[in-house]
Amino acid sequence: MTTTDLHAARHDRSVAGEEILRTEGITKHFGPVVALRGVDMHLRRGEVLGLVGDNGAGKTTFVKILCGYQRPDAGKMFVEGQEVHFRSVSDSRAVGIETVYQDLALVPQLPVYKNLFLKREIVAGGRLGFLSDNKMRRLARQYLGDIKVNVPSVDAPVERLSGGQRQAIAVARATRSDVKILLLDEPLSAMGAKESALIIDLVRDLSKNRGVSIIVIDHNYAHIFELCDRVNVIHQGVVSFDKPVGDTSLEELTSYMVSEYRQEIMSGRAARQDG
Amino acid sequence: MSQAILPHAGGDTYATPSARTAGRSGIGWRVLVERREAAILVVAIALFVYFTVASANFLTVADLQNLSQFVGPVAVIGAGEVMLLVCAEVDLSAGTVFVFMPFVVYYANQDLGLPMLASIVVAVVVAGVVGALNGIITTSLNVPSFITTLGMLFALDGIMLVTSNAAQLTMPTVGTLSNVFGGYGWSEIIWSVVLVAIMYVVLNRTRFGMHTVAAGGNLVGASEAGVPVNRVKIWCFVICSALSGLIGIVDATRITVLDPGNPGTQEMFYAIAAAVIGGTALTGGSGTVIGAFVGAVVLGVLFVGLTIVGISANAFVLILGAAILGAMIANVQLARFAEKRKLPS
Ligand SMILES: Nc1ncnc2c1ncn2[C@@H]1O[C@H](COP(=O)(O)OP(=O)(O)OP(=O)(O)O)[C@@H](O)[C@H]1O
Ligand SMILES: [Mg+2]
Repeated sequence: MTTTDLHAARHDRSVAGEEILRTEGITKHFGPVVALRGVDMHLRRGEVLGLVGDNGAGKTTFVKILCGYQRPDAGKMFVEGQEVHFRSVSDSRAVGIETVYQDLALVPQLPVYKNLFLKREIVAGGRLGFLSDNKMRRLARQYLGDIKVNVPSVDAPVERLSGGQRQAIAVARATRSDVKILLLDEPLSAMGAKESALIIDLVRDLSKNRGVSIIVIDHNYAHIFELCDRVNVIHQGVVSFDKPVGDTSLEELTSYMVSEYRQEIMSGRAARQDG
Repeated sequence: MSQAILPHAGGDTYATPSARTAGRSGIGWRVLVERREAAILVVAIALFVYFTVASANFLTVADLQNLSQFVGPVAVIGAGEVMLLVCAEVDLSAGTVFVFMPFVVYYANQDLGLPMLASIVVAVVVAGVVGALNGIITTSLNVPSFITTLGMLFALDGIMLVTSNAAQLTMPTVGTLSNVFGGYGWSEIIWSVVLVAIMYVVLNRTRFGMHTVAAGGNLVGASEAGVPVNRVKIWCFVICSALSGLIGIVDATRITVLDPGNPGTQEMFYAIAAAVIGGTALTGGSGTVIGAFVGAVVLGVLFVGLTIVGISANAFVLILGAAILGAMIANVQLARFAEKRKLPS
């Protein structure tokens, strides 16, 4: 299969899947900073959506709203057709949303296995919550082995792992449980080529064989084209570009981003001349 | 695709650190490397040996009991402070809760006529409420706990002085119950061993303890992962305060005199010193209640030892200060030395 065929095939599949996530007019301010000014986005079951945009475009903010870590100022969110109002990360997790944060959200002092089970601990003794350490260790080893993530030991504190190893742990944590919608905020930024390839395979496997719907943020367009069915550009707080990867190209996307940037400079100049 | 992510040199990918360190550097190093408490234990034993050599009559049974009565409160308040230091907070009012809760027992028993046990329960609950206030002000109003609890220290001291008219009181006693709560000479150390053991389990073996480490190690990350960090912190304040109040009641029952002239700052500083000497970081994310216990023993051995060796009262505080610094430096250096011996994993 050629690359184009592959993209076309994925495109067809994604068209077939029903809509699992939709947002309408999501806005978010931080004091005077307008991070999002009305994001309309949708995601189909089993689809991999790439989200690109300049630094500070609002991608991370959008992801944090989708997973309930932050609340939008306005706008609506629907999961499988039902409107949702997340008040915490636990709320979004309850409907099957898992997140790999840009900052990874790992605790450096805790060992790998405790990070993998953070907020999903296996405990005995009911409300007393005694940790079942050995069970968690065993499951952690097993799962990391399954997805071929290699760490020195599940007992090693995360602070002693490399940046790429930490990212792998964060991805493993998000994919270990029953996930329906996976949000990945720059999951490959610290990874070498070989390690990236493994995560890319994992993501493909999740979407193709387990029907997981995935949003990936990545500044590397090659990754986006390798991984995604469709790509959205967030620019100045709105989705300004939405195409299946089969209908666009690296060249088009790159020149689109640059032209947006040029327009911004021009309008900035115009505004200054007007004023 | 079958190659592993970040392949690790050597085949023992999932060997536990204990297995590998033991294999390569022996049991002794393993203990020193893996247990932060070990370094301070070395310091404690060295001091012990020093005082035994320096004074022929160091540690009679009476000395040992004195030592235990010093260690008890410092270790228990220290265990509470460890919980807070681990989640990157501190409680400066713990010593004041320690000295004030016996007054609350007195008021409940003598003025309100509650039975003794009920009075003790009321006082421990009041201590917990003080902790909850500390925690709520700190987390929801974003006041650093250093300031919140400093304010609480003065406020409680004021309440203690006002309600007692700055006059000493005598702790009421009732037979067996009072023996359990401090009357019996060794009861304080028994309480402290039990409470420290419980706190060891809470910090190291429960979900709550793990969330406490998470909140102190990476506050934003822990809350992104869904840990209710503010609730965890508030409970740590409650625990520290309730522990301090409880052991304060035991201590006061032993001494019998309630002195409103003591604001409890010394007890608080000893407890924080014990926690830090014992290997708890001031920056959050790591700490050990066992270490705080051993730290309290180090302070106690210094305290009792210097008295027995016969240091003049005036020089005593100076030497204690220098010795605390020395113990702390020795501990940090030992830990660093142990860290160097640690094999890359
Ligand atoms: N907690 C916050 N408080 C104030 N401003 C914020 C906060 N979080 C984000 N912002 C602002 O919102 C805007 C969008 O930030 P965001 O992190 O979403 O960008 P991004 O697209 O993820 O960028 P990058 O590619 O660099 O990760 C930025 O201008 C940023 O400064
Ligand atoms: Mg970002």
